[in-house]
Amino acid sequence: MGSVMSLLEIKDLHVQAGDREILKGVTFSMEEGETCVLFGPNGSGKSTLLASIMGYGQTKITSGHIFFKGQDITQMTVDQRARLGIGMMMQRPPNVTGVRLGDLVKVTAANGHGCTGHEAEFKMENFMDRDINVGFSGGEIKRSELLQLSVQAPDFVMLDEPESGVDLENIGLIGRKVHELIYGSTTCGRPVQRVSALVITHTGQILDYIGADRAYIMIDGTIRCSGRPGELLKDIKENGYGDCKSCRTNVKIL
Amino acid sequence: MSDEREDSVKKALGKEAAYGPSIDIDNFDEGESEPEQIEKLADAPEDLKKKMENVGVTVDESHREGTILFIDNGMSHCSSTRAQEGLFIMNTKTALEKYDWARRLNWNLMDPTKDKYTAKTFLENSDGYFIYVKPGVHLKFPVQTCMMLSKHKGIQNLHNIIFVDHDASMDIITGCTTVHGANDALHVGVSEIYIADNASLSFSMIHSWNDNTAVRPRTNARLGKNARYVNNYVVLDPVGTVQSYPTAFLEGEGASCSFNTMCIAHENSNIDTGGCAFLNAPRSGAEILSRNITYGGSMVARGRLVGNAPGIKAHLECRSIVQKDGGVTEAIPELEAHLADVEMTHEAAVGKIAQDQIEYLMSRGLSEDDAVSMIIRGFLVGGIKGLPDSLRDEINRAIDKANAGN
Repeated sequence: MGSVMSLLEIKDLHVQAGDREILKGVTFSMEEGETCVLFGPNGSGKSTLLASIMGYGQTKITSGHIFFKGQDITQMTVDQRARLGIGMMMQRPPNVTGVRLGDLVKVTAANGHGCTGHEAEFKMENFMDRDINVGFSGGEIKRSELLQLSVQAPDFVMLDEPESGVDLENIGLIGRKVHELIYGSTTCGRPVQRVSALVITHTGQILDYIGADRAYIMIDGTIRCSGRPGELLKDIKENGYGDCKSCRTNVKIL
Repeated sequence: MSDEREDSVKKALGKEAAYGPSIDIDNFDEGESEPEQIEKLADAPEDLKKKMENVGVTVDESHREGTILFIDNGMSHCSSTRAQEGLFIMNTKTALEKYDWARRLNWNLMDPTKDKYTAKTFLENSDGYFIYVKPGVHLKFPVQTCMMLSKHKGIQNLHNIIFVDHDASMDIITGCTTVHGANDALHVGVSEIYIADNASLSFSMIHSWNDNTAVRPRTNARLGKNARYVNNYVVLDPVGTVQSYPTAFLEGEGASCSFNTMCIAHENSNIDTGGCAFLNAPRSGAEILSRNITYGGSMVARGRLVGNAPGIKAHLECRSIVQKDGGVTEAIPELEAHLADVEMTHEAAVGKIAQDQIEYLMSRGLSEDDAVSMIIRGFLVGGIKGLPDSLRDEINRAIDKANAGN
């Protein structure tokens, strides 16, 4: 690779889930310290894109490449990617019966770079002996995911609808913790450094808490356009995704 | 003994067990009944000590109320720190000689004609351990018993009696294992367990045998009013064949029992286990849980609940993970109600570990092996309350070993 690479580069990525092609040639890149938002209607492939970047097995990459920190990670296992610095907050993580949240946080800390002992800040101090996600409410799942990510401290974090299923009382806490995850926390005693983030959101609510540099709209397995997050969101709210008007008017078409 | 009874038991020598592959008893010779005496566990040969520790029997007895060790058919060690305070621990033969009341417990709960294994144990006039706790005595630490099979082609016949008197409580950890390279050998242990009104017993059995050993425990327990019985059964190492079906008779109002089984069926292991509870008294309760993993072996998880009284509540859960092809994994839950006012439920599931769980943990930086171990460990012990820490440690050790080898 002669040229200087971006933190994350995705080149003509085609991905199947089951027998169906979900991603039909996705190309985009992200720079270090950049936060990007991914908009798009239900079923357009946003979660599949995140799953492909993390390496989850329900997605099958049929062609194309993913580069992270200059390395081709297309064939890497999930844990290899995690150790390279990729982290993920799933929208609906699975229940893991019999495995205590505290034990997962402990082993995550052993592999990660974050600091431990801050469960109370996430209001998770009474959940450490509970089985992971079993019987957790929507907000509790998000807080648990954010606690895990805080000890993992990835350099690039993917958040799949961080505000979904969260009540008004919890949204502030979750917003603040997402902010800390990206911009760093002063309570952790390590250098505060902004990391990169790719965030899926439908409502844009999370954007009240984090600044986003760019937004993309994904429709039917391809990224149709990019633009300023606020402008794209406003346009989607007014006109819907239907004819993707914004893609044809005031923003750059990919 | 009447000749009539002896005749009928002799006939039962030809009676196959209800479950499990048949073992030809005539292929084995009776084990030694006068083994070497070990005064102090600490002075036992190193290989024996190692085996004991492997099955949760600690050489350091500071956290044990008493210890009894059998090698083949004879007692090799017996000690107790609480002898003066209400714990009787000795071999069964001595107890039957000494106490009238002990004789009333002898073959009272187990029918010797149940099958050829009980018949053999009866006819050999087998010895075993006898443990009694006086009324109102609560033992702080567990009592530990260790059963070792040392003779190749030998049979170990044991007859154990446990009696927890009213308002008393006790934990027993019993570890069974093979020593001196004994492998193609047969272990038969008949246990009669009496738990009086308001008494409680937690009985944890850890087995670690060799890959050709045959194991046929026969356990019946009777519970009085508000009595509580917990039976944990753990087999994690390779074994030839185990068939065990401990049965509890809940005869007192409000009695409750729980059977927890955790097994790993390795390649060539044939394990058939579970539990059965007869809920014969009003408002009694039972729970039968099994968590099993097969690495190419055969695994049958049974559970049977029989509701014979009003207001009972019982639940049965058989879950198995299949980690490797080659064997057969079965879950056989049975519910039987004899009246309307009962609440009995069951769940059964057989399958592989969900890939999304493995990947979820891997996304936090765990290797696939570590993620699988963590999930399996959680699967085996998760949802089972009150497991002794030593048992947890044993389970962790065995899972790491099983995953490394598979």
